[in-house]
Amino acid sequence: MAEIVLNNLAHSYLPNPESEQEFALRELTHRWKQGGAYALLGPSGCGKSTLLNIISGLLQPSQGQVLFDGNEVNELSPKERNIAQVFQFPVVYGGMTVFDNLAFPLRNIKAPKAQIKQKVQEVAELMELTDVLKKKANNLSADQKQKISMARGLVREDVSAILFDEPLTVIDPHLKWKLRRKLKQIHEQLNITMLYVTHDQLEAATFADEIAVMYQGKIVQFGTPQSLFEKPNHTFVGYFIGSPGMNFIPVSWEQGECRFGNQTVTLTEQQEAALNATPSTNLKIGIRPEFVQLATSQERIEHSLQAECIHIEDYGTYSLATLMLDEHKIIMRVEEGERIAIGHVSIHFPNESLKLYIDEYLAGEVVSE
Amino acid sequence: MSLKLENINRTVNGEVYLKDINLTLEPGRLNVLLGRTLSGKTSLLRLIAGLDKPDSGKVFSRDQDVTGLSVQKRNVGMVYQQFINYPNLTVYDNIASPLKLAKVDKATIDRQVRDIAERLSISQFLSRFPLELSGGQQQRTALARALVKDADVVLLDEPLANLDYKLRESLRADLRDLFTQRNSVVVYATTEAQEALALGGHSVLLHEGQVLQSGPTAEQFRQPVNLNSANLFSEPPLNTLMGIKQGGELRLAGLPAVVTLSEHLKALPDGEYLFAWRPTDASLVAKSEHDIELLLDVDVAEISASESFIHTHYRVGQSTENHSWVWQIQGVHNLPNDDKIRLHLSSQKLFVFAADGKCVASPQSKLSELSILGDECG
Amino acid sequence: MNKTPNNKAWWLVLPVFLLVAFSALIPLMTVVNYSVQDIFDQNTAYFVGIEWYQEILQDERLRESLFRQFGFSFAVLAIEIPLGIFVALTMPKQGWQASVSLILLALPLLIPWNVVGTIWQVFARGDIGLFGWGLNSLGVDYNYTANSVDAWLTVLLMDVWHWTSLVALLCYSGLRAIPEAYYQAAQIDRASSWSIFRYIQMPKLKGVLVIAVLLRFMDSFMIYTEPFVLTGGGPGSSTTFLSQTLAQMAIGQFDLGPAAAFSLIYFLIVLLLSWLFFTTITHMDKDKS
Repeated sequence: MAEIVLNNLAHSYLPNPESEQEFALRELTHRWKQGGAYALLGPSGCGKSTLLNIISGLLQPSQGQVLFDGNEVNELSPKERNIAQVFQFPVVYGGMTVFDNLAFPLRNIKAPKAQIKQKVQEVAELMELTDVLKKKANNLSADQKQKISMARGLVREDVSAILFDEPLTVIDPHLKWKLRRKLKQIHEQLNITMLYVTHDQLEAATFADEIAVMYQGKIVQFGTPQSLFEKPNHTFVGYFIGSPGMNFIPVSWEQGECRFGNQTVTLTEQQEAALNATPSTNLKIGIRPEFVQLATSQERIEHSLQAECIHIEDYGTYSLATLMLDEHKIIMRVEEGERIAIGHVSIHFPNESLKLYIDEYLAGEVVSE
Repeated sequence: MSLKLENINRTVNGEVYLKDINLTLEPGRLNVLLGRTLSGKTSLLRLIAGLDKPDSGKVFSRDQDVTGLSVQKRNVGMVYQQFINYPNLTVYDNIASPLKLAKVDKATIDRQVRDIAERLSISQFLSRFPLELSGGQQQRTALARALVKDADVVLLDEPLANLDYKLRESLRADLRDLFTQRNSVVVYATTEAQEALALGGHSVLLHEGQVLQSGPTAEQFRQPVNLNSANLFSEPPLNTLMGIKQGGELRLAGLPAVVTLSEHLKALPDGEYLFAWRPTDASLVAKSEHDIELLLDVDVAEISASESFIHTHYRVGQSTENHSWVWQIQGVHNLPNDDKIRLHLSSQKLFVFAADGKCVASPQSKLSELSILGDECG
Repeated sequence: MNKTPNNKAWWLVLPVFLLVAFSALIPLMTVVNYSVQDIFDQNTAYFVGIEWYQEILQDERLRESLFRQFGFSFAVLAIEIPLGIFVALTMPKQGWQASVSLILLALPLLIPWNVVGTIWQVFARGDIGLFGWGLNSLGVDYNYTANSVDAWLTVLLMDVWHWTSLVALLCYSGLRAIPEAYYQAAQIDRASSWSIFRYIQMPKLKGVLVIAVLLRFMDSFMIYTEPFVLTGGGPGSSTTFLSQTLAQMAIGQFDLGPAAAFSLIYFLIVLLLSWLFFTTITHMDKDKS
């Protein structure tokens, strides 16, 4: 069990990287606390698997340090780091029975037989593998095999951390549910640091207490799922978290008015102050489809924006309406019971959900504890 | 031209792959096959393509019997879950390959390749090789290849399953627009309810080789024929509980209160039924005095940014009967484990299933008006 | 049960049946025919039943040659298989080094059998052969033409030189087919190098090893040209293996009857052993239920 700290870590797959673009992982410093459940979330190619392999020791970073409980482990092999890792595709030792597969990591550290037996039974029970323990691992289905891979990661109690590299890729959607919940329960029971790499926001959010969103080799935001949703630090986080992502509209700041096209938006004092302070012209406002409201009440009508609804998609319990706000397309989520129709609509952006982005980064927020 | 399947059966090694399939697939819309793994989606696609033959039944294309016609003799385009392209050909030559095989003249090939590449936003990659592209771009190339020859039938077997979900979102929207403009019969197999709903169009719900129901997707969502088809559209599955309807009263197992019947339940004959709510139907606050109130034990709460998945269990009275229920509630509700949660459920949202699993009552939808409006603009 | 919708497909396999009939069955039946008759000339033949079989099973010369053959094949497998695996494991995995070692390994395989015999005949000579001369000047009393142990070892060494490459190449391709993730997983499970070999590489190599063992067994069991060229079966009959004995019998003495009977027994031995080996290996994978 360990706290994992990355210190000025960077990595390039090229021997002599010249530009920043050639780094798969740009310089970053980060801390994962002992016993936490964390996720690394990002699109493919963002560097999340590189980072995971550096932590487990399968890859040597070009620069910087990896610390486990304050001790540098850069020079240590995966074996010596005492880490468990579950890969994207199932890895089973084909010739062995499922029992032997699960016992393998324990036998390698020469654990006593009785303990192996007890631990394997326990984990098999947890992963619902008890029925197949005597079968050869080769003859099972892909998702059974992946369960074996996962179970093998869980049998050792003494590990510093368990790393998961998109472990649910080969699992059927309706089974993902169960396994994700299993992992969460296991985490609560074992109190081991767990790091989960995925491109799926739902998997990340439901598994992790805190998520690191990665983009172009950098961690652009680290926070609870809620904060990623409500206060995306960067336009990429706004776009990547949430389905559909945040709406962004480029705006101008002239004579104390935030404008786009013929429309004017009201901002908070802090946001106006931030706009006054910046020389940048890369200004955007962002609002989530969930927070766009129909202007019905008096207060809302005063600050309403005029839009044209051009398309409605029915998702069963809710709908997504596509609105044209001048030249800009935005998406609005309409709950069951609310009414909207093709044609003109008045909408309203609540102040607390309207975000300002200067040079793609969040600005003008009230600093709160 | 439409594609018609009549009484299709297929059994392999004693295992029923497809059973009594009767379907009409129309061009100009997306025909979605929704079903779990091994429900028969791929078998059906292979049969439509002409890769497999049915044991019995007939396939008609343009009212012509094409049963048993080999795949080479049908004008079919297919896209798979894996990105299948010729690795040693450029994107341009990949897309052009079906046209070259059909001996189309060079100028036409060039025009059509550039046109479809434009529409799938891969114009700038035409001179590259597939393996130099991202997954999304590779799959767009495969799509372009399937679409360029103006096939009578375009089959897509979970084409987005290997892409990350943001790419899925954008490709889905592209596909929807692309296919509604064509004369091909487009069949799209998926395991995900969200995807089926996002694609719109018509859906065919498959379960264990049989068609459960088919029709406009949103309608299928609201009017399931049985518990299986309701669950196909619900991830996590519906939360169910036995109950007895007698006269104007409804008693749900273990609940002390008698539930006031909502309109859609009044016509139900007296008897014992399985009652069900969608996971999204629970609310933390009472919306009406007729709401059913449940006090549940929380197993674990999963937070997904804008909503929470609350795993609960419910013990029926003093008995050992124990239900595991999952609720999907808007907003962040970080509940400690082994806590209790009070949920409010409306009887208006109840689905009712008979002993044989058939859906005998489903909630009246307030959205029906909206979906009509939505269809008009599509 | 699996029902075949129509039987047209059987016509597609017909050419294969015909080919097998002409290339294997008909010659084989001729041999069977010879083995049960005593033939004097084209028109005079007597049916003798299993007489030839009884005779050859009593034949001291054949029995000795059979034991010699088993010993040789066993030695060949015992050396070439582990050595081949070892070579494959130590070969570089990529870059120019990999190409060079692949070419070097392939070289012995490209040399015709009789040339291999000739090369070693010269190579192992005490006067002008590098190997023989080298051993002699180191003080080892080595002469493969006079000493039967030396002759035996030379034939064995020649076979190892000639064929270990095949095993190594097969294993190399098998090893390359193991995804990197398996090694990574094993490292993380803290497996020792022996465990990695035993539980990852060996199971994945099993398929190619079955082929390698079968090929090497059948081939070495039927070895003829190389020892024939190298030692001519001598000194004495110390390196006279089964096929050579057979050839002497059929061509040298023109005992077609016993030779045919013996051929069939020979054939059955190869078939039986290969089948036994193959079924044991493939059954090891199944679950005991």
